[in-house]
Parts: sequence; C-alpha cells; structure tokens
Amino acid sequence: MDLATALQILDSTVRLSTPLLLACLAGLFSERAGIFDIGLEGKMLMAAFFSAAVAALTGSVWLGLLAGIASSMVLSGLHGLASITFRGDQLISGVAINFLAIGLTVLIAQDWFQQGGRTPSLIGGGRFQEITLPFADTLQGVPILGPIYHDLISGHSILVYVALLMVPLTWWILFRTRFGLHLRAVGENPAAVDTAGLSVVGLRFAAVGICGILCGIAGAYLATGLQAGFVKEMTAGRGYIALAALIFAKWRPWYALGACLLFGFLQAVALRYQNIDLGAFTVPVQFMDALPYILTVVILAGFIGKAVPPKSGGVPYVKER
Amino acid sequence: MTFMHKALGTVAALALTAGAALAEPALIFDLGGKFDKSFNEAAYNGAKRWADETGNSFREIELQSEAQREQALRRFAEAGANPIVMAGFAFGTALGEVAADYPDTKFAIIDMVVDQPNVQSVVFNEHEGSYLVGMMAAMKSESDTVGFIGGMDIPLIRKFACGYAQGVKAVNPDATVIANMTGTTPAAWNDPVKGSELTKAQISQGADVVYAAAGGTGVGVLQTAADEGILSIGVDSNQNYLHPGKVLTSMMKRVDNAVYDAFSAGADLEPGFQVMGISNGGVGYALDEYNASLVSDDMKSAVDAAAASIADGSLSVHDYTSDDSCPALSF
Repeated sequence: MDLATALQILDSTVRLSTPLLLACLAGLFSERAGIFDIGLEGKMLMAAFFSAAVAALTGSVWLGLLAGIASSMVLSGLHGLASITFRGDQLISGVAINFLAIGLTVLIAQDWFQQGGRTPSLIGGGRFQEITLPFADTLQGVPILGPIYHDLISGHSILVYVALLMVPLTWWILFRTRFGLHLRAVGENPAAVDTAGLSVVGLRFAAVGICGILCGIAGAYLATGLQAGFVKEMTAGRGYIALAALIFAKWRPWYALGACLLFGFLQAVALRYQNIDLGAFTVPVQFMDALPYILTVVILAGFIGKAVPPKSGGVPYVKER
Repeated sequence: MTFMHKALGTVAALALTAGAALAEPALIFDLGGKFDKSFNEAAYNGAKRWADETGNSFREIELQSEAQREQALRRFAEAGANPIVMAGFAFGTALGEVAADYPDTKFAIIDMVVDQPNVQSVVFNEHEGSYLVGMMAAMKSESDTVGFIGGMDIPLIRKFACGYAQGVKAVNPDATVIANMTGTTPAAWNDPVKGSELTKAQISQGADVVYAAAGGTGVGVLQTAADEGILSIGVDSNQNYLHPGKVLTSMMKRVDNAVYDAFSAGADLEPGFQVMGISNGGVGYALDEYNASLVSDDMKSAVDAAAASIADGSLSVHDYTSDDSCPALSF
C-alpha cells in the first residue's frame, strides 16, 4: 500500500468519523448526566433535514446549520420533557424520537418540496465548502509531510474541525469546570446534588440541550457538508454506531475520539477493499461492517477493561418527600 | 320521503364506487420509496401514465419495513385490487406464499420469478442495457479505469455489474473495472454518504466514469462524481438531468412500461414469464439534451450497432444470474 492509498483511506476515515464523533459526544453529555439517549439517530436525521431544507430555501448554509441545531434541540426538549419532567422511560422516549424523525422528515419534505421526501440539491452557498488550510498548496511538494498536510489535514469542511475541537472542549467542560462536576454528579448521585441545593432538573435539561446542539451539528454535517441535500433515512444507523462508540469509549471524551476514529477507519477500509484477502483466508466485507458492534460487545462483556455506565443512568430522579 | 330518497341514493352511490374500486389495480413500492428518482419512481411513472390516459385510479403503498410485504399484499388482495403489481425482487418470498391464497387475483412481480398460475414474472435483461453503457464508459474514459457502485449485494446487482464490465472490455480489453457494493442490508439502498465515499475511493484508484446501480445511494454517487469532475452513469430512470453535462448517460430500465402494460392488461394479465430486453424496448440508454454534448456520433453509432446485434441475437451478453459467475469481472 502506497502513501496515496493510505492517505485516501485516512481522509475517508476523518469524513466518516466526524458525524459519529459529534453524535458520540452528544450522547456523552446526556448520559453523563444520567439521561440515556437512543434518540441520537432521530435528532441527527431531523437536523439533517432541517439544515438541508433551510439551506435550500435561503441559500445560506449557516442559517441551515442554525435550523438544524434548533430542530434537534426541539427533539431534545421533548426527550427531556418526557424523561426528566414526567419521569418517563428514557429508552421508550428515545425510540419514539427516532420514529418521529423518520416519519416527520419525509412528510415535511414531501409537503415543502414535492420531491418525494428529499430536498432539492444544494448548490454554492447552500453547502459547506472544503477549507484549504494556510500553506496547504505551497507545502504540497514537501515529501511525506506535504501530502499528509494537504490531503489529510487540510481540505475538510469547517464542521470537521469543529468536531475535533469539541473533544478537548468536552473534556475541559466535564472535568475542569464546576458545571461539569455538577453534571457528572447528577448522573452518579442526583440525591447528593439535590442536597447540595442544585437543581437536578435544570442540570439534566442543560445536558440534554447540549446533546441537541451537537446532534444538530452532526446532522447538518451529513446533509450540507458530506452531501448536497437530504435523502430519507440518510443517517443510516450512524446514531446507533455512535452509541456503540460511546460504550466502547467508556463515557470518556478522548476515548470517544479514539473509538469514533477506529469505527470510521473500519468503515473506510471496508469501503475501499470490500473483501480483504489475507492470503490464507478472505475477510468478508460483512465482517468489517459488523466489527464495531462485535468490539462493543467484547468491551461490554468485560474482556477489555470494564465499561461502567454512570450509576444513575436511565433512572428518573424522584425527590424524597 | 325526500330524505329517504337521498339516503338511498347515497347508499347506492357508495355501492357503485365500492364496485368500481374492486377493479382498481394496485402498486406496491419497495423500501427505496416512491420518489427514489430511480427504480420505484419509474414504476410510479408507469402507473401514473396509465391513470392519466385512462382516467382511472389505482391504489398504492410505500413499504416502511420488511415485515409489511405480506401484509400489504394480503390487504390489497382482500380489498379486491386486481392486478397487484410489486416493484422489487424482495417480494418473491411473500408473493410465493400469498399468491395461492387468492387464485382469482392476478399478480405481477418485477425483477423476480415466482412460479404460480396467477403470477406474471417480469424480468429485465439489465445485463444488456448495462453492456451498452459499459461500452460508452470505456469509450469516454481517459484513464482506462471505470467504476461500478452497486447498492445491496444481491445477484441482480451483480448482473448489472457483469453486463457493464463486459461492455467495457468489449471496447477496451485492457481497461480496469472497479466494482464495489454499498452493503449487504436494505439500508444500502439509502446511504448516499457511503455512496460518496465509495466514489471518492474509486476516483483515487483512477476511475473517471462511475456507474451507480444503487437506488437512493446513487444520488450521493452522482453528486460526488459531479463535484470531483468525473462522469457518472445513472440507472433505472433517466437521471441525466440531475447534473447536466456531468452524467454521461443513464441505463434505462423501463419499469414504467412493465407497470403500464400490467395495468392495461387489468384482470386479463397473462400469467407466466415476461422478459423485457433490448429487442422489445425494455432496457436501453438515455440520450437527451443534458448529455448530448458528452456523447459523440462515433459512440452513438457503435452503441447502436451493439444494441442491434444484441436485439437480433448475433451478440449475446452473459447473464450473471444464469450461472452465478461473470467472465469479465470477479467479485
């Protein structure tokens, strides 16, 4: 394998990892605060649609991004209302959000655009363009490092860099700020947080809100960064893979980056090589596709370290009377 | 009394409409959705053409999950729809079980063979149409490398790939054909992001014409090809207009004709085997104002000559599904 091929695969890895990473960090905020969220998929899908639709109508991808984030936050609010305010089952609420998103996006798209549940193709300012980092072209001639900088690090949409920056930011918020401490505490022992005079409901809603923002960016990246428009069910299970990555990463931001890059890399390799011939036997592409889930099960089974979810995850908080 | 008359009249009118509804034909779309700009949309266009020309109405349903196949079939059959047309190979098993229960209802299934006395199986010679667009791809390619991106990895899609590869090799025996499938589950029909990545991977391997036989995933393929400045080939419906000047041609699979014919036949639908090939206009390539500048006269005459020899039987294109192997391409 030559450098160009390796770079192509890694480049593809970065693109495929970005939506996973954003969704994974979204889930991280939510679950660290004790709210399980299997509605990541639905929120991404909703954001993908609204970002593409608004970008198509206004011609501005930034307005599209805002619309995507807003729509995702509405679903987040719904999830919060059901599972925090009314103490409903978080898994059921998440599933409901996924179904709601699948149905609503196609319905609204058909009503607005009459193109059978898709948005018109975005052109020009309706899409996130690839950014060329400074000196990328001049440095391209430098052996090895030049192509790496030019092909791999430069030339992505701005949301990719945003996603990567979110990793240290998430780490900093969760582990270096007072708010982060409260957030984690509310996921471990909400009664203690309540005793300390902090609002459990408020903190959990804040976490769910952040989750909505990140899912919104992830969806907007799919529809307006990677693609030029919305196609029904275009998230294609990425929200679930992000959840798997979250467990794989044991609910930690830097591990999440690693897990998402690994899962993205597996996808990229599967797309590039299909069946991999190892000489003695052939690895079928199905195996590569299933590998993220297999790895997650292995982690969950406790073979490689232990994945311990936040203690109060999935449990609605009831104040003692 | 007048009220009674009105009421009776309404009942009679209702009964009449119910009677008319009995003869309605029905169309069931596959999971890709009615407006996939491809296979299902072609089926819909055929049904719509029939409805516009005859002024009659038809019933339709878009499936949301695998589990609904048999349910949808039974509900239309119970409601008296006749004939019931299914767009998609995946209905094979469900129809096999349902058809015998409704001997008076005629069924037509596209892309699959179901051996029942009341079923018409419509199959297309996609390998012939793919052969033609393969020839065009090879003539247009400057890097002598062309790509194929399939949707779900099933024999039918391999049939496309195999015909395409044969067409490419017929023009340029040294050309390389890179063939990729998007996935192995029905989600592979609706994943444009993966389609884009596959296209980029093929471009990095030198492909400068890609042929997408992948339903909704193909939208991503065509988009990326247009963005990266290479040519693409659409499938099933005429997709040339999606990116004018960037789509070399489209392999037309006249699913619309098949649905139109089935609807026109109505309850007299002939059970058995219906093969739609080049000879009866079932498959072909698309030429319109959007790709006229891309197709030279030489290309057109070469492809038309090949089409003529396929139609009269002097040139035969190998069908992957006949023996599950392909002489021009290994999967």
